[in-house]
Amino acid sequence: MPLPPPTPSASGIVPEPRRTGVELTVNGERYVHTGDPDMPLLWWLRDVLRLTGAKYGCGVGACGACTVLIDGKPARACLTPVLAARGRNVTTVEGLADPLGRLHPVQRAWIDEDVPQCGYCQAGQLLAAAELLARKPQPSDADIDAIPNLCRCGTYPRIRRAIRRAAAIASGEAP
Amino acid sequence: MSAGSGFTRRGFLRVLAVTGGALVVGIPARAWAQQDGREDLAILGDSWTALNAFVRVEPNGRVIIGARTPDMGQGTRTSLPRIIADEMDADWAQVTVTPLPLGVEDDQGTPRWLYGPQSAGGSTSIPDAWRDLRQAGAAARWLLVQAAAARTGLPPDQLRTEAGWVITPDARRLGYGELAADAGKLSLPDAGVALKSPQAYRLIGQAARGVDVPAIVTGQQKFGYDHYWGDGLIAMIVRCPYFDGELDHLDAGAALAIEGVEQVLPLPAMPAGTLLGRGPLGAGVAVLARDTWSALKGRAALDVRWKSRSGGTASTTALEGQAERVLKGAATTLVRRNGDFAHAFRTAARRIQAQYTVPFVAHATMEPQNCLVRIDPDRAYLMAATQTPRSAFDVVRQITGLDAGQISIEMPRIGGGFGRRLDNDYVAEAVLLAKAVGKPIKLQWTREDDLGHDVYRPFGVHALAAGVDRKGHIVAWRQHLASTSKLWRRGVPDDRLWTSELYPDDPPAGMVANLELAWFALDFPLPRGNWRAPGHTANAFAVQSFLDEIAHATRQDPLRLRLALLGAPRLLPYASHGGPTLDTGRLANVLQLAAQRIGWSSRAPAGRGRGLACHFTFGGYVAHAFEVSVSGGKLAIHRAVAAADVGRVIDPNGVDAQISGGTLDALSTALNLAITVRDGAVVQQNFPDYPLARMAEMPREVEVIQVPSQADPAGAGEMGVPSAAPALANAIFAATGVRLRRMPFKPGIARIG
Repeated sequence: MPLPPPTPSASGIVPEPRRTGVELTVNGERYVHTGDPDMPLLWWLRDVLRLTGAKYGCGVGACGACTVLIDGKPARACLTPVLAARGRNVTTVEGLADPLGRLHPVQRAWIDEDVPQCGYCQAGQLLAAAELLARKPQPSDADIDAIPNLCRCGTYPRIRRAIRRAAAIASGEAP
Repeated sequence: MSAGSGFTRRGFLRVLAVTGGALVVGIPARAWAQQDGREDLAILGDSWTALNAFVRVEPNGRVIIGARTPDMGQGTRTSLPRIIADEMDADWAQVTVTPLPLGVEDDQGTPRWLYGPQSAGGSTSIPDAWRDLRQAGAAARWLLVQAAAARTGLPPDQLRTEAGWVITPDARRLGYGELAADAGKLSLPDAGVALKSPQAYRLIGQAARGVDVPAIVTGQQKFGYDHYWGDGLIAMIVRCPYFDGELDHLDAGAALAIEGVEQVLPLPAMPAGTLLGRGPLGAGVAVLARDTWSALKGRAALDVRWKSRSGGTASTTALEGQAERVLKGAATTLVRRNGDFAHAFRTAARRIQAQYTVPFVAHATMEPQNCLVRIDPDRAYLMAATQTPRSAFDVVRQITGLDAGQISIEMPRIGGGFGRRLDNDYVAEAVLLAKAVGKPIKLQWTREDDLGHDVYRPFGVHALAAGVDRKGHIVAWRQHLASTSKLWRRGVPDDRLWTSELYPDDPPAGMVANLELAWFALDFPLPRGNWRAPGHTANAFAVQSFLDEIAHATRQDPLRLRLALLGAPRLLPYASHGGPTLDTGRLANVLQLAAQRIGWSSRAPAGRGRGLACHFTFGGYVAHAFEVSVSGGKLAIHRAVAAADVGRVIDPNGVDAQISGGTLDALSTALNLAITVRDGAVVQQNFPDYPLARMAEMPREVEVIQVPSQADPAGAGEMGVPSAAPALANAIFAATGVRLRRMPFKPGIARIG
């Protein structure tokens, strides 16, 4: 929504024009992006907010290393303009723990199963898993197979085990 | 900083007491530099932030241990410090691991290395650490015990240590923290100190969790790509698609008009023969911008054209034809000859021949190449995601002319290496740009840069021939390999180019009386490099597939044929990396373990087949066994087994991860991946046409069997790769009767129907 033009004050000094921008919420904090609205969310998160949990892996939405949640749905931040997230809630891996800092069940399970090798793809894997569990608290193997995120180190078997463990943590069956 | 009252002149380890009462133990440079006659006081840092030793004990009992090797997923930030912690009987819960930078200082114009070997490649981090880092832990323990002895008046041999305590015979406990200041004043005996006996290990052999994992899963872990330096610029490069191409036309006007773009700089191609990072850098045009998005827009807006020079018509299709022709001619190098192959083959009861094709493949590390560089007139500072910090250091010296003492290199956590980051071409680019621009720069490669401008695993065609006698024994064996040597353009003489392609002592060498290994050079302009377990991935595929073909052709059980070939347990000489010997008994053992686990002696379920393979890689012995089926042109891997004997296991959890991960990496590559070249340029652009396997394609579990061993540890990063592809091909044959002799397998599997 365009803002009204600035009006001269009684002193006659014209204030700087109010900068319009894209408002959005990231991990519970509200931000206004005043740069190029087409800037991909990934580069805004990383270069501007310095939230570097979401990774660049391909830039074409194929690898999933940049996965974030927008209003709870997985999105490829490398292909999502900041403008497309206007007024929405973005969750990155930095915001996956609850506001008190308690880790999300997938984070606890990832630690318990010692999933990461290089670790570069894991933020995306964690968000994909968190979204799957939110949608399907007891996912089948086929549900897990449908996660398309790439891992070159070959941590898939541990990701599978960690998702099972996270499901058990979330349902209270595991500590 | 004040030096301790009397450190040894010639001792391996040195002790310095530092302000604050902390104990610091390091290995002096002399141990590696082998210099003499001069004491070096400045080896260890004097403050927390300048920590540059392997061990530091704080007065509060916290133990800080330095990890010297970059961690790219192989787990060295965890395993190396645990070796030290165990030797000093530290309480792991009290240990903080600090990644060490490249340890170097200037010694009259010569670099002096402070921490010993720091590169990560060839699965050598653990074997190297086993040789020297245990001393760092043992020395720390010895000093703490001496301090406790002085404090209590008891002889040191009556004191024992456990989890951060020195304990007296009457159960008094003195914490390491309270002893640290006294310990730091003592000197080590010239003779060095004794290492623990293996029975006393408390951490070595026990499963650990990765020290960086909590930071990784909360997004706090910084990889190279995640670092930013103040007013630094983001640099991205438009690259000439041709291997030997050059800039034809450049108009940077539109790019420079984009907000945020600050400079556009052409990087001319370097003359052939230049060795910088890996060899000559290709031509490119760098866009320097305030942020990535501006740089990407600037890249896209460049009006740039390239022209090819010599390599503009190169294609992998033509390369295959070249291989066929070359294999009919004379060998470039006869690598090994035992007995008389020609005669034994001619007179054999059965003669079997087959040819296997291995494509170029790319590394595709999940984190593309990147490097941060700041060049001041008298100083260079790098954050370099490299596997070889010393060669990165050489690159900096070569470009800047700075002294050893003026160059600082930190290694961040690395998003995958697999051999790609043994080459420092991207470091060279970043240093050149930072020098030209006069500002800190952060070079970021795109995925397209990465796949199109890699150093690729060599292409090769393996022509195998074997003669078998009436009893089924292999009496003649020939492997002729035509390949594009990995060592091309790396300053290696032509008559040594074969050394990266064929390892002369690889089985069945030494096991077949009449044997011939020969290498045939292929000429191709694509740069080549080290890809996880380099030559072994190709040779194990050819040899272990061919053994299966021999078994089936002569109606022998593939397991029994291999065991007969390996013969009685014995040591054979092994001259390549991983030697000096190969133990046939250990190789047979992992093969039998994998066979047992997959249920080799029982019939596979209907429609399924099982396959085996084994290989010796860099001192480690691994066998794979798979159970698969093919239906509707689609492969299902029902079971995956890997048995590994990698010597003493430092961390079973880490070995499991490496062997399991190596298996999946090998399967993904064997099934799906090839780099092809058309019109002098790489065809594949990004993951859609270079499709690493996703979860659905991969086995749900890899059953890893670890062989308990007292042998020195071999490392585990690469051993899980070589035998996986042939075991898969052998399983597919068992399931379908179709032999896949060409990687990647997926097109062949689709034809099975």
